[in-house]
Amino acid sequence: MSDIKTDIVDCDILVIGGGTGGPMAAIKAKEKNPGLKVVLMEKANVKRSGAVSMGMDGLNNAVIPGYATPEQYVKEITVANDGIVHQKAVMAYATGSYPMIQYLDSIGVKFEKDGSGEYNVRKVHHMGTYVLPMPEGHHVKKALYRQLRRLQVMITNRYMATRLLTGPDGQVAGAMGVNTRTSEFLVVRAKSVVLACGAAGRLGLPASGYLFGTYENPANCGDGYAMAYHAGAGLANLECYQINPLIKDYNGPACAYVTGPFGGYTANNKGERFIECDYWSGQMMKEFFSELQSGNGPVFLNMTHLAEETISEIETILHSNERPSRGRFHENRGTNYRERMVEMHISEIGFCSGHSASGVWVDENARTTVAGLYAAGDMASVPHNYMLGAFVNGGIAGRDAADYCASTDLPAYDPAFVAAEQERILAPTRREDGLTPFEMEFKTRRLVNDYLQPPKVTAKYRIAQERFGEVREDLSALCVRDPHELMRALELQSILDCADMAAAASLYRTESRWGLYHWRVDHPATDNENWFCHTLLYKDEAGKMAHRKRDVDPYVVPIPEEEMGAYHQLRTAAPLAAE
Amino acid sequence: MPHAHHSTSVPVTVDDAKCIAEKGCRVCIDVCPLDVLAINPATGKAHMKYDECWYCMPCEVDCPTHAVKVEIPYLLR
Repeated sequence: MSDIKTDIVDCDILVIGGGTGGPMAAIKAKEKNPGLKVVLMEKANVKRSGAVSMGMDGLNNAVIPGYATPEQYVKEITVANDGIVHQKAVMAYATGSYPMIQYLDSIGVKFEKDGSGEYNVRKVHHMGTYVLPMPEGHHVKKALYRQLRRLQVMITNRYMATRLLTGPDGQVAGAMGVNTRTSEFLVVRAKSVVLACGAAGRLGLPASGYLFGTYENPANCGDGYAMAYHAGAGLANLECYQINPLIKDYNGPACAYVTGPFGGYTANNKGERFIECDYWSGQMMKEFFSELQSGNGPVFLNMTHLAEETISEIETILHSNERPSRGRFHENRGTNYRERMVEMHISEIGFCSGHSASGVWVDENARTTVAGLYAAGDMASVPHNYMLGAFVNGGIAGRDAADYCASTDLPAYDPAFVAAEQERILAPTRREDGLTPFEMEFKTRRLVNDYLQPPKVTAKYRIAQERFGEVREDLSALCVRDPHELMRALELQSILDCADMAAAASLYRTESRWGLYHWRVDHPATDNENWFCHTLLYKDEAGKMAHRKRDVDPYVVPIPEEEMGAYHQLRTAAPLAAE
Repeated sequence: MPHAHHSTSVPVTVDDAKCIAEKGCRVCIDVCPLDVLAINPATGKAHMKYDECWYCMPCEVDCPTHAVKVEIPYLLR
């Protein structure tokens, strides 16, 4: 792999990540100003990339007039996140929610409607009504792709972005990409960059031991978090992990959101309910964890009591949209929803604002702390985003980036930085033998499970930091044989960066908050006096990981004190027998 | 450190009789989010080259001749 070819492309806006939020950012930027040159860089193929590669079975957070108001939604999300939210960004999402649903409807994405053509919204959250099923949601990616073509967005498939370029004043200036099949380089110079690289879903190791048996699309391995960090952006509340209640071993969603409105529920080994609300929150996960530890586990999703036509409908939705191999998994084990409850388990840790509240800090305009750099979707800090949040915030980022470009020239970049980055990328190709990306990734993620999985113990976190340091030293022995392995080697380095960030962020916040997500055994109480704030992790001028607090902005929707604890009372008062 | 050779069973199988890769079809290879499918130089047909599967199924669903079958990886089956 010597004398690798390097192409240089200039554009106005570079969008990195062609899954959900990325395509919408590109679409909305082009709609705002069709004269802009917009490049969409994707590690896989935009046709089938990202968290919704096979589609989605429903909107989990639709704010639709007649069912919910933006104010109600902002209140719900604030309470579900123990108050640590940037409400203006949640409000920007909430007010953009219904127009985005109408837009998606207009480009051919199908939502469930009743006989009179009204959206068929259902209740899953603790307080409001926000869930809109998509029984035919498998066409999402196709609908997006048609719009990208129509608007002449330039698509570069199979290029993995590795580092952002910055200009003389620290502003974003583009990104470095490497082809995952040829290792050829692509330098994209841009006035503005939108990061939409998805979750850090390959952080912990699934209990099955299969590296790619993750909840998130494993291509979403934290590249966006690592790139933002190295470019100097602040990352918010990374200690608020994502941990999900999933189908054991399959590690996909059991989908209480889909089954709940039909009467399905989470049960213990006695078939009894133990939580009142199946909406994923840190408090809900703590109750789930406690049930597993108590001897009442395993935990199950129970649908055995439902009528035949209801179960058939659930099967149709769950086995044909988001994770269609689920039916095959159940078939192998002889699990029929009519007769047997579905065994669930607690997932390994990750970062993902889709269901949690961490990510690259963004304000209500999707702006990060780096000029010209935006972030959207699972990797940006707007909490409980889900798919619709990625669309709305991607759209916000695209429109704001279009405005930003109008008053910005293409910044200069540092060719020496590009040369050094090319050397970093290619280093594993220069070695005849050494450690493989597979074993280094396995070890890193195994260490994440051993030491970072909550409950968080300070002494274990210190050991984790030592071990991650040793793995980092071993990078000098990392060796690859082809461009595909080189992609995995680069992903491993993103995973290791995220592991270090998870450990450092968790140690910084010396209190417990968000239920299981940040349960510090050595600091078991919630300390509002000192920690009712965001934490921002960033790379300081010496290149070291640093932290600072950021105040929670004054609320735009006030929350009465007595309502703040609503998500702290999720356990059923007494075990309820299955009806 | 020299490398060992060890093999694993792969979750994605391609029916060579149905696969039309020789006509230039690359659909399954193109749509895979993890880029684990490739042309097998020995047969000229698509095959799973890297055992890194998310069992997500675009390869199976988008194949024009129904040649691709996705099973759940053994470790989590």
